Amino acid sequence: MSDSGKDLTLERPPPDKGAAGKSYIGQSVLRVENRALLNGRGQFCDDLPVKRGTLQAAILRSPHAHAEIESIDVSACLARPGVHAVITGEDMRRHIAAMKVPLEAPLEYYGLAVDKVVFAGEAVAVVCAEDRYLAEDALDDIEVVYRPLEPVLDPLKAVEEDAPVLHPAVKSNLISKHHFRHGEPEAAFDSAERRMSFDIVYPRNSIPPIEGFVCIAEFLPENDGYDVISNFPGPFGMHSVMAWSLRVPGNKLRMRSPPNAGGNFGVKLTMFPSIVVMCVASKLAGRPVKWVEDRLEHLVAANSAPNRVTRVEAAYTAAGEVTALRLEHWDDHGGHIRAPMPGPIFRMHGTTSNAYKLRHLDVTMNIVVTNKCPSGAVRGFGGPQLYYATERLMQRIAVVLDLDPLEVLRRNILPADVFPYRAPAGAVYDSGNYGRCIDEAVAEGRLEDLKRRREEVRAQGKYYGIGYAVGIEPSQSNMGYIAIAKSAEKRKKSGPKDGAIVYATVSVDASGSINVVADSVPQGQGHATTLSQIVADQLGVAPEAIMVNTDLDTQKDAWSIASGNYSSRFAAAVGSATHLAAQRVRAKLARIASGTLNRPAEDLVFSDSMIRDPDNPDNAVPLYRIAALAHWSPGSLPEGMEPGMHERAAWSAKELEPSNELGEINCELAYGFIFDFCGVEIDPVTFDVKVDRYVTAHDCGTVLNPALLEGQVGGSFAAGFGAALYEEFVYGEDGAFYSGSFADYLIATAAEMPPLDIVHCTPSPSPVTLLGAKGVGEGNTYTTPVCIANAVADALGIDDVVLPVTPSRVADLLLAEEQARVGAPESEAPEASGSGRSLTGEDSVIVPAPPEEVWRSLLDPDSLAAVIPGCRSLETAGENRYRASVDMGVGPVRGRFQADVRLFDLEEPRKAKLEGSLSGPLGSGSGSGEVHLEACEGGTRVSYSYRVKVAGKVAAVGGRMLDGAARSLIQQFFRALVSQAGGPARRGLWSRLRERLGLSS
Amino acid sequence: MKPAPFDLLIADSLEEALACLHEHGEDARIIAGGQSLMAMLNMRLAHPSVLVDVTRLRDLSYIRCKGDWLEVGATTTQAELLAWPELATRAPLLAQALPYVGHFQTRNRGTVCGSLCHADPSSEIPLALATLGGEVVLKSRKGKRVLAAQDFQTGMLTTARRPDEMVVAARFRLQEDLARFGFREVARRHGDFAIVSIAAMKTAKTLCLGVGGVAERPTIQTFDAQSAEDLEAALNAFAWQLGGSDDIHASARYRREMVRRLGHTLLQEVSNAAAS
Repeated sequence: MSDSGKDLTLERPPPDKGAAGKSYIGQSVLRVENRALLNGRGQFCDDLPVKRGTLQAAILRSPHAHAEIESIDVSACLARPGVHAVITGEDMRRHIAAMKVPLEAPLEYYGLAVDKVVFAGEAVAVVCAEDRYLAEDALDDIEVVYRPLEPVLDPLKAVEEDAPVLHPAVKSNLISKHHFRHGEPEAAFDSAERRMSFDIVYPRNSIPPIEGFVCIAEFLPENDGYDVISNFPGPFGMHSVMAWSLRVPGNKLRMRSPPNAGGNFGVKLTMFPSIVVMCVASKLAGRPVKWVEDRLEHLVAANSAPNRVTRVEAAYTAAGEVTALRLEHWDDHGGHIRAPMPGPIFRMHGTTSNAYKLRHLDVTMNIVVTNKCPSGAVRGFGGPQLYYATERLMQRIAVVLDLDPLEVLRRNILPADVFPYRAPAGAVYDSGNYGRCIDEAVAEGRLEDLKRRREEVRAQGKYYGIGYAVGIEPSQSNMGYIAIAKSAEKRKKSGPKDGAIVYATVSVDASGSINVVADSVPQGQGHATTLSQIVADQLGVAPEAIMVNTDLDTQKDAWSIASGNYSSRFAAAVGSATHLAAQRVRAKLARIASGTLNRPAEDLVFSDSMIRDPDNPDNAVPLYRIAALAHWSPGSLPEGMEPGMHERAAWSAKELEPSNELGEINCELAYGFIFDFCGVEIDPVTFDVKVDRYVTAHDCGTVLNPALLEGQVGGSFAAGFGAALYEEFVYGEDGAFYSGSFADYLIATAAEMPPLDIVHCTPSPSPVTLLGAKGVGEGNTYTTPVCIANAVADALGIDDVVLPVTPSRVADLLLAEEQARVGAPESEAPEASGSGRSLTGEDSVIVPAPPEEVWRSLLDPDSLAAVIPGCRSLETAGENRYRASVDMGVGPVRGRFQADVRLFDLEEPRKAKLEGSLSGPLGSGSGSGEVHLEACEGGTRVSYSYRVKVAGKVAAVGGRMLDGAARSLIQQFFRALVSQAGGPARRGLWSRLRERLGLSS
Repeated sequence: MKPAPFDLLIADSLEEALACLHEHGEDARIIAGGQSLMAMLNMRLAHPSVLVDVTRLRDLSYIRCKGDWLEVGATTTQAELLAWPELATRAPLLAQALPYVGHFQTRNRGTVCGSLCHADPSSEIPLALATLGGEVVLKSRKGKRVLAAQDFQTGMLTTARRPDEMVVAARFRLQEDLARFGFREVARRHGDFAIVSIAAMKTAKTLCLGVGGVAERPTIQTFDAQSAEDLEAALNAFAWQLGGSDDIHASARYRREMVRRLGHTLLQEVSNAAAS
């Protein structure tokens, strides 16, 4: 490939609006999907009937972020009435081949944990029972002995020499490293007028669909195959991965999708390992198995977009033009890498230079694993992470040079005369006029109003900022992009990978009614509506007369590896193929009608369900008559014509070429452009960040349906807005997961959404798609987080913006040192938790007994059993070691735990240290503490301090109460100690102080 | 996300409900609107062996003014109280705080007394009850008890309700002449659990703040500061007494800062309004 796009020419097909003259394309045709959905008649996967005897699955999940599995005992679980099978990781290893990953590292993944768990929430075993209630009851009967290991959560720490290693066979948490060099980056840096470097951190988030994963799997003993119904959305290249893993030829894994799905946002792609697990479960249980993922499971264990750290280095001129970019990424994929991961970073590699002129790139990618939920394909697929780096860079250059950030963007943006343009990393930007789009957005979006508003608000002493961002929005993946994860040599060996096949079928039955089948597997976007518009234009019928079916049956439908719903594929790919199939049907109908109407086929016009002679209104024939002829009288058809009226188009754009030796690849087919700006006001009292107004301008080529486009833009904006201000999967340093419910993983709801102005720029139709359309499903997930971050940076005058921008984080930036504590001496106060999410505390009580007696109580198993709240049994497990079964909790939250406690460093009768662990269905904990006894007036002052870590379900859904719960449980213990020693207790100074302050407990 | 097995008693009378509580004690749990308990059951955080559904006890669905008190029965929903036409004039603090309780969908089922019994540290209704110096009426087969708000909620998710008792009513003090109220809540999104919620009350006798979401239960503090410096010091002392915890939504320090800042604003608002 050359280093500029000048040698490129892309063929544009002749404009074709069908023969009708009237066009439905471009109109906001009402969604044909709505009637069923709004009347509660959608057919989602969980609505579909299942066979008699179908078992329901529930999944046992690890409370530990990193642990060896020493043993799993399922015997009690299997003995429970109603339980038919229990499947563990060992079963998976016996029955399947490890799932393939597009990397060279020796990773083995079986869907269930084998030998060890690598994140809190990892699936350990599956119970198949007669109903879901029984299955969940039975989970408690499985006894797993874990040996906890040190976890590592930070991707930079994970790649250090002495970090605990997740996958011993790989020997490192750096699973792979890739280096790309385009242009002459060293020379550009050497001769740079100015340089800048900084690190950015992009957080973990997702776009959780309303409907989680649903899968019904049946093993078919008659042919050793599997029949699966699931809301898996594709790409169906994953079908090969599943079949390979199940050790069956592809034709023995039948996969079907339901007519409706409640969202996807890419997230459902990584349900494929669960499908494999349920297939094995069905085989072992001898019955169909159904699994419906619940919300807790989804948030804990479904997947997340990879979080990323990027070291950004830029060379730029004094005028603010960036000449070279050096990026080193640490892409954090959580505990496992599952295909098509680490795809996002490679998919977006081609557009590393975004919409800018710079030609020199040096990119290093570190693919890292940590003890977090494995990554998955989330709408945006690498875009938010990449553009967070490029767009923060532009804003920071503007600050350093004291330029308007928009001026810096304009100085760097590609001019209108370069298209088609080959970007330095290989993407071929097919069409565009970025400068014009910016001008239109600035005018229509009333940027000047926002600037005035900024002045007014700032004059009142408040914080207000304006942010900008641009983004190239690629659509329709080149199936070859993931190959650049392999070395050039390996790529050569395994043969070329490129293209992206799409199938669509248009047929007309004997009654003249029209059916369309396409391989797009939508999740609510309105594909049926759009395809009916495309076909209606070709055949001159009303869109509502056309029946569109977009679900997929791998045994009966036309499909290929690229089929499915992802990568903004629909408008570019499915639209093109459907258009092509409809054209073929029209040509065939016209050829038949040509004889009847006595006019050349190419002259005929299709309108109002008639085929007409354009010059003689009386010379016309209904479409249904011609279609009927093709079915009823094949013998009368023109010479050589195939009977029937059924045209299937398979399409793959020739521009999707394989990568070259440098790893440069046209990673996607069509490239749209987005320009966003927004105003952000920050409340000086509560530090709440409010987006005052947000403007987003799109050029996505030909617009197929403006209302659906606005739906896509609004949806991806909501996701980006959430990522900027609300959404994050949060982990403690110990690997505990804290975002297990929608009370803690905060999705921006309608109430939070700011006014969104969508500017439809003058379109630059794509020359590489048949309708000129480009995808528009992801853009704002790329640009919105960084646009808001840039506005926050402008408002607060800061360099580092950490997402999501919560009021508490803003407070940390703006607040001076806190007013000094008053009212209680340091040592007596119940210190709230300090760093990370370790819960710490200290307090004291006065026990009305001499220290020796208190000491004896603490060391005597019988009196200890009496003191521990909810203690059911306590046995000695060695010197000063105890093992107890306790029922404990706070208020109505209760659970049974196995507790192991060890006392050490004993200094009778003054001091003891203790450490221990707890585990049970509600979660696990570990902790340490110190107890000091000191004779005092009225008995013994018992002072204690503790540090505990809690993981598992209680941490996932009860994070905001963990501190209080830990404190409360420990207080219960010491209160019991007091009453055991003959109370009533005299309280410590802090307690008396609390009482005096009206805080008595 | 399915609950563990339990027996369900749909009580037709208070006596029946109390008899069941008497029989099962700690193993039983009353369910009314279920807006907190159902989630806990489904996540198996709670697993009572008996659930006593009291929603059919329509006798306990009432809003009554008795002397100084506004009494709300056990099965009155939050939405019903919010829709009470006299709320804004006779219980202005509740009128300000109730819209922050969950969402309108949850308020349609959630009960006023259920929220008190659940005793979430961030709940608005317990905060309003504590600020107003309210009471809770409990009944068991052995008789009736009335507890002051501060004696009722003993900590996080815990109350002084005995296992055989049911809360049959809550009593909020009715509006006194010249009393003024303010209410402010900091949450990430509307309807989220409060990071900090603050109620301010100024009556002829007292000026106080009630704070939820920071300590383990709503906490009331009176203020009689004479100067601006005194007030600032008192608010700072109060903030530190409340302590607060870090969680993923906000730091303890942020919570304390909101107590200082919003506490100050609210105290000024109610004082100025009372003066005018």
